[in-house]
Formats: sequence, C-alpha cells, structure tokens
Amino acid sequence: MNIVVLVKQVPDSGAERNLSADNTVDRASASNVINEMDEYAIEEALRIREAHGGEVTVLTMGPERAAESIRKALSMGPDKAVHVLDDALHGSCAVATSKVIAAALGPLNADLVICGAESTDGRVQVMPHMLAERLGVAALTGARKLTIEPSGGEASTLTIERQTEEGYEVVTASTPAVVSVWDTINEPRYPSFKGIMAAKKKPVQTLALADLGVEASEVGFDGATSEVVESSKRPPRSGGQKVNDEGEGGVQLVAFLASEKFV
Amino acid sequence: MAEVLVVVEATAAGVKKVTLELLTLARTLGSPSAVVLGGTGAAAAMTDKLAEYGAEKIYAAEGDEIDGHLVAPKATVLAALVRDVQPAAVLLGSTQEGKEIAARLAVKLDNGLLTDVLDLSTDGVATQTAFAGQTLVKSKVTRGLPLVTLRPNSVTPTPAPAASAPAVTSLDIALGDADRLAKVTERVAEQKGSRPELTEASIVVSGGRGVGNADNFKLVEEIADLLGAAVGASRAAVDSGFYPHQFQVGQTGKTVSPQLYVALGISGAIQHRAGMQTSKTIVAVNKDAEAPIFELTDFGVVGDLFKVVPQAAEEIRKRK
Repeated sequence: MNIVVLVKQVPDSGAERNLSADNTVDRASASNVINEMDEYAIEEALRIREAHGGEVTVLTMGPERAAESIRKALSMGPDKAVHVLDDALHGSCAVATSKVIAAALGPLNADLVICGAESTDGRVQVMPHMLAERLGVAALTGARKLTIEPSGGEASTLTIERQTEEGYEVVTASTPAVVSVWDTINEPRYPSFKGIMAAKKKPVQTLALADLGVEASEVGFDGATSEVVESSKRPPRSGGQKVNDEGEGGVQLVAFLASEKFV
Repeated sequence: MAEVLVVVEATAAGVKKVTLELLTLARTLGSPSAVVLGGTGAAAAMTDKLAEYGAEKIYAAEGDEIDGHLVAPKATVLAALVRDVQPAAVLLGSTQEGKEIAARLAVKLDNGLLTDVLDLSTDGVATQTAFAGQTLVKSKVTRGLPLVTLRPNSVTPTPAPAASAPAVTSLDIALGDADRLAKVTERVAEQKGSRPELTEASIVVSGGRGVGNADNFKLVEEIADLLGAAVGASRAAVDSGFYPHQFQVGQTGKTVSPQLYVALGISGAIQHRAGMQTSKTIVAVNKDAEAPIFELTDFGVVGDLFKVVPQAAEEIRKRK
C-alpha cells in the first residue's frame, strides 16, 4: 500500500507562541516541533506498512526550517519525504494550502493519505475534508481506530471508528482515501538510534510552486481567502481571589459560586 | 433583509444549543434561514424550536443519502443552496461536523472560512482566539461570503421576540459519486447518564491528575451533578486512565467555553488551558499554591481537594 503521511511543523505548544507583525504564526523565533497528532499518523502508517507492505512518504509544506521536522519524522521509519518549499507560500490560508497539498499529492498516487486530526497551532481541523473534496476521494475523519481489509484487487476497504459527542460512528470507504486520526489510535514509537542515522540518508524531494503548477498569486497573502484585521495579546485574567483552605475552603468556594448565582 | 443560512445540528434530544446560538446571532445579521440536513422527518420534528428562535425559513434535505454518508452530501446540498439564494452569511457550529461541512463548502465555492469564532459583527469581522486563548484575533473573509463556524457557548441563545411561522422548503438532493464514498454503517451511543454534553454545558467540572484514580472521579461527578454540570478531565487524568478520552478538555481534546469552569486537581498546563481559557468564570481547587491554573481563576482554593470538595458538596446540598 502506498501511504502518504501529512506532517506539519508547529511551534511547541508548551513554549511561548506569538503572531508576527504580519499576523502569521511566528515560526522563526519559536521552538518548532512536529505537530503532535501527526506522530500518531506516522505511527499508524508504519503499522499498516508492517502489516500489508508498501511504502510510506512524508509530505510537508513549510519553510526551510521544516526540514528538521521532516528528518525527525523519517527517523521514526518512513521511506522518503516530499517538502513543498516556496517563499510565496507565506501567509497562505487553509483553502490555498489545501490547493497546494492536493497538487503535491497528485503525482504521489497514494492509496491512503493519513494525517493528524488537527494541528496544535491552528486547531482548525479542515484540511482532510478540503483535500478529499479536491481529490474526489473519501475522507474518513476523526478516527480512534482504523482497520484495513485488502480485497485482493487494487482497492482495500477502510473502516474507522469516529468519535462523536454521543459515542462513535463506524464509517467505511474504499481506497484511495484521506484518513485523519486522534491521539487515541495508537502509541507512537520513539526513533531508534539506527532510525535516526538512517533518516539522514533517506531521499527528500523539494518541490516549489512551479513544480506543482500552482501560481504564486493563488497562495500567500495575495491568494488568501480571509485576512486577519488585527491581533492583540489577551490581557491576563486578574482580580481573582485565592484562599488557603483552613478548614472552610469548601464553604468559601460555594459562597463564591452563590455570589455569582451558580448555586 | 438578506438571508443568513444557519446549518442545524441536532441530537436524539432535539436541536443542539449551538444551533439556537447561531439563530440568535443570525437575527442580528439578517433574516435567519435554518438548513436541516438529516434523516427523514428531521425538519418536522424541529420546526417549533427553530421558529421559537426566529427562523424565517426552513430548508430541508432529508433521507438516507444525507444521513448515511459522512458530511460530503451535506456540503453538496448546502453549496447548491448557497448558489441559489446568495445569502449574506453561512453560519455553522464549530463542532467536528460543522467544521467539516464548512471545509468542503469553502473549497466548492472557493470561499474563505473562519472557524472557532466567538463573535461576528454586522460588518463581517469575526473574533477568534489563538494559542490557547492567549491571543485575540479579529479577521474577515475576503473572498466570497462570511462562512463562519461558531464556538459553542459563545452567544446566549435567546428566543425571538415573536416566534416565526417558517415554511419548510424541500431541497433537491443532487449528489455525485464522490459524495457517497464514505458510508456510515453504524452509530453507537456511549455517553453515560443524563449529564449535559461537554461542549454545550453551561457548567463544566473537570478533574486532573490530582484526583488520583478512576474511583475518585466519583467526587468530580458528584459536584458536577449537584451543579447540573458536564464532567471533563485533563489529559493527565485521561492518559492515566482515570476517565474516558471523549471527556478530555484541552489541546487534543474538547474546547469548552462554559459560564463556569471548575478545575479540581488540575495544574493548568498550557495544553489544558487551550481547551478552557475562554470560560467566563473559572474556579479551582489545587494543593499547589503555585499551580498555573491560579493565574486564570476568579476564585481559587489552595488545599486538599479530598477535604475541600466534599465540604463544598455538603454546602451546596444545604443551600438547595
């Protein structure tokens, strides 16, 4: 099975995160890591390769620095990577981003595209369905479990359990498909020393917009379908009371809740 | 006044609260039209509620074709409707499904999309937060119409001054093969008890690592039930197996924005704050006076939650 995993480099959510002067995510001064949920997607892809054979390709769109995350991803075990890198992409909205990633996916001819259900920077959750819409393939999103039944022929049957507010849905489709996963699906492996060494030699193809047949005017700030008008740091919450429990903490808490009409 | 399309979400219990919020918001922007995309008979069961909140029209696409597939048919029907009526805006809930429908609609119409919006002004400027609620962002769609998903609990749902009498218009369901690729073969209800849904609850009581074990979560549930609240859990508590993942609040879990958030034994790591920082009032009980959760709280108790919480429960019972 030919699997592509989408990997995004994001600012570490445990560290200071800011917007730049142009209201894009400040990636230059941030401590950048692989989007956590994508590690689960990589793990799932590797498990499928182990069970059914095939090849795993990492696909990343991002600035030069994203190459660090690509190597990190490769050290877990994927075979190769594609890095979509073009200065004109800076400032791209989700709609334009999906256009670029769909264009990059085209020639890769994946049976299965796996990604994390959301990124920790934007938390927008729209990419899998945008890609499926553009590629005309199925989207099985929000999987906490994925099973694959090879049918002998070209297509395999994919079945997911999709977490919902009421419980879960069982959703099924044939390959090719886009699947997004939550962090409940598996436990990602740590890269081994051997994996880290091997990753240095794995092929990484760098593609620019021109290679994908996408015009610079369709992406970046020029091609954006939405814009940030202004941004500001939210003032820290203040004015809160803090009491030490000296035997009356529970009563004091309820008195506060009552004063706010919650009790 | 121009129509504002509101995509209706419902559960077995009826119209979801976020839909009522959307109708309330839509009334400030134009003339609300509710769009029901569901199984056979879905619209008829909801007409009264939608009318109470001021839906001037109801569009309905119903049947197995809609209900039996994952979101793609809903987006296709909605795109046709948008092209037909040219609304002033399209509003959906910022739920998993709401965002997914909006994602497909944005591509189909080559239209901008704003998600997790807290407010939308009449000139189309949306308020959002970024980075665990620490940055406030105002943004607008610059291509196409305002296509917006609203975070649940952002607007107080208010019935219209006078209920409307909406006519129900059936929509043509003209699907392509690509809309039928992902089939929903089973829906399994898992949620236990009668507690409100986590993202829609007015009050959420969450437990963290400090709760200690799964059994002790009964204490969290007890306070929640006394307050009529939903129960949440921090990632640390979920990863430790204290409580199921679907109740996880924070990054990689649910984002909640209730009137009151009660954090018990939760230190308040940034990943947790990402899911609750826009709550209106926040209280916490934690034995560590330096815990970052106290940076957020309107009222914090530094103490042993196994002493403070039972006392609080007793006090609530006394006051009832």
